Amino acid sequence: MNKIVSRKNLSEHVVKIDIEAPLIAKKRKAGHFVIVRIGEKGERIPLTISSADPERGIITLIVQKVGVTSHKLSALKEGDFITDVVGPLGKATHIEKVGTVLCAGGGVGIAPLLPIVEEMHKAGNRIITVLAARSRELIILEDEMRAHSDEVIIMTDDGSYGKKGLVTNGMEEVIRKEKIDMAITIGPAIMMKYCALLTKKYNIPTVASLNTIMVDGTGMCGACRVSINGETKFVCVDGPEFDAHAVNFDEMLLRLGGYREEERIAYESYLKTL
Amino acid sequence: MNNHPDYLKECREQEWRVELRKSMKAKERTALERVKMPEHEPEVRSRDHREVNIGLSEEQAVVEAKRCLDCADPTCISGCPVGINIPAFIKNIERGAFLESARVLKETNTLPAVCGRVCPQEVQCEEACFYARKLHLLPVAIGNLERFAADYERNSGKISIPETEKSNGIKVAIIGSGPAGLAAAADMARLGYSVTVFEALHELGGVLKYGIPEFRLPNEIVDVEIDNLKKMGVSFHTNFVVGKTADLDDLRKEGYRAFFIGSGAGLPRFMNIPGENYIGIFSSNEYLTRVNLMNAAKEEYDTPVLFGRKVAVIGGGNTAMDSVRTARRLGAEKAMIIYRRTEEEMPARKEEIKHAREEGIEFHMLSNPVEYFADQNGRVNRMRIQKMKLGEPDSSGRRRPIPIEGSEYDTEVDLVVVSVGVSPNPLIPSSVKELEVTRWGTLVVDKESMQTNIPELFAGGDIVRGGATVILAMGDGRKAAAGMHKTITDNVLNKK
Repeated sequence: MNKIVSRKNLSEHVVKIDIEAPLIAKKRKAGHFVIVRIGEKGERIPLTISSADPERGIITLIVQKVGVTSHKLSALKEGDFITDVVGPLGKATHIEKVGTVLCAGGGVGIAPLLPIVEEMHKAGNRIITVLAARSRELIILEDEMRAHSDEVIIMTDDGSYGKKGLVTNGMEEVIRKEKIDMAITIGPAIMMKYCALLTKKYNIPTVASLNTIMVDGTGMCGACRVSINGETKFVCVDGPEFDAHAVNFDEMLLRLGGYREEERIAYESYLKTL
Repeated sequence: MNNHPDYLKECREQEWRVELRKSMKAKERTALERVKMPEHEPEVRSRDHREVNIGLSEEQAVVEAKRCLDCADPTCISGCPVGINIPAFIKNIERGAFLESARVLKETNTLPAVCGRVCPQEVQCEEACFYARKLHLLPVAIGNLERFAADYERNSGKISIPETEKSNGIKVAIIGSGPAGLAAAADMARLGYSVTVFEALHELGGVLKYGIPEFRLPNEIVDVEIDNLKKMGVSFHTNFVVGKTADLDDLRKEGYRAFFIGSGAGLPRFMNIPGENYIGIFSSNEYLTRVNLMNAAKEEYDTPVLFGRKVAVIGGGNTAMDSVRTARRLGAEKAMIIYRRTEEEMPARKEEIKHAREEGIEFHMLSNPVEYFADQNGRVNRMRIQKMKLGEPDSSGRRRPIPIEGSEYDTEVDLVVVSVGVSPNPLIPSSVKELEVTRWGTLVVDKESMQTNIPELFAGGDIVRGGATVILAMGDGRKAAAGMHKTITDNVLNKK
């Protein structure tokens, strides 16, 4: 049981939650995630740790309401308890100085990108960050990103904030302007797929952090498996970060939809209970 | 833990045992037929998750116990990985002292209700029984009797908690709450250690909970056994991944003096054939975890699972049997085992194969999947199977399956469970750099003490064996406890 010490709505669908987890806060590094379960009948879902305060023993999770579990989690109040939190899981981000790093975050994927941007910036890299979302209100953590980036470009689908266009438009503009040594992309699978295609065209080494379906999160079940250069890998223990050019995103997109119908039915019946 | 020959002899010479032996002639005993385990009818049980075996009644148990000849040289004990004093517990059943029988079991076995259900007795104690070895008759039903005594005690509400020695205050950590960890924890607690078990999942019990289905081993039974350990003073931490949440050095700083690694077989193996990542293709670990641990088939639980009408389970082990019988219970009209050798080579217990057949499971032998196909949504809808023939024996002693060229055929499926084995969980080996591992990723240990190359680290169960049984894991846990105790005592003595 982990206590929620504070919560804040970042947008209509996105919530920032600080929870007590002293051991995880101490061990966690950029790139790590936790598995949470809400209620004795809840499912286990992975969530990236957005930031941590080891002194206060607090980790921060950013959650987008997309289904039953994320909705239940978002509905919890300050002082409530999360039934289970386990972590930090996965491999930490490999941090090193490579030169100029182009970081692309889409939607709620901006949250897991933040600690990576922070660490890569501290390591002495020049950081250019492209944040993208459908509209203005879905751009989160802009101030935090600005604090750790040399340049921030905002892209919205509807042009309500920053420039109108896709994340890849913003990225390509940067790539044409200056030499990029590495790219990092986190967001919906479809976005990462197109980011990877773009950087492949320019031969820029690229890392993608994958957000697949998981159950145990410790390598036991294989629900999260993906094909990397044709070889099956487990996101929970081999990842979550992989060479974006080696990921079979089409297969990943298919597998992400594996329970779409079950999820839809469950979500609809859950919403009726509210 | 006391199965020294002198102790066994002393037990056998107790007055009541001598009387009991005399009360019936050996010929009368051997004339009795082995009592059949009552089972729920296949048509009924394959629609729900009730336990298949009902358990012996008191009368049945006493009759079966009479068959045991109380041999002077009880070979059965040598067939038991934890060395249960088998004649003593059986003779207690014969004289109606059921609670005492359970107490005898618990001298050496932490989880008798579990072992009575899932041990492969037919290749262990029962194979070594005088009836089977010398008389060529069906052996005494040792497993069924073990289950009887353990269930009787649990249902009586008078569960005996094993005595523990005075606390010595020395902290030891057990990593993993599966059968190996629970057995090690019990023995260390008895010896007076301060024992903490760390479990990565939110539930305790490891494979006993996430792996073995309710119809073979009800969760409630595992919970009762874990409660007993709590009563013996063992503490449990769930949601704690050693190597992640804290590493061994952190635990050393917390004062832990020795560690037992029973983290189990982690990574499920796949066959790396085309289409294996389509939707509807699971590892047995995932399929069983969703259904057993997460209760995914029950509507009120949030975790989903896919249901199949035509289900293929790949493999011939107990996990494959558990998966295919689970699929049947979840409504599969056609539930198939696809196995590349023949029934003779199948690693699954005979009883499980028999139960599966009764429940209408189809067995496709000498068959191996080579490719999967899917509909436009990526859901598997067809698989290609190649026929095999048996060649010369391989390193495992089993005849090697050889593909027959041009024998491929397709069959419709909408759910596939791949149950072709597991690799050891890499979490601990990768977090302890100096730890010696084999090229398969299992830990290297001394076979007697279960000590790794790091003196205060011991290991057992699937992380050492790569995929074995509950009882072998428990045997490892007990050996490791003895090894830890010796190492700690030697260190203390050396320092004095």
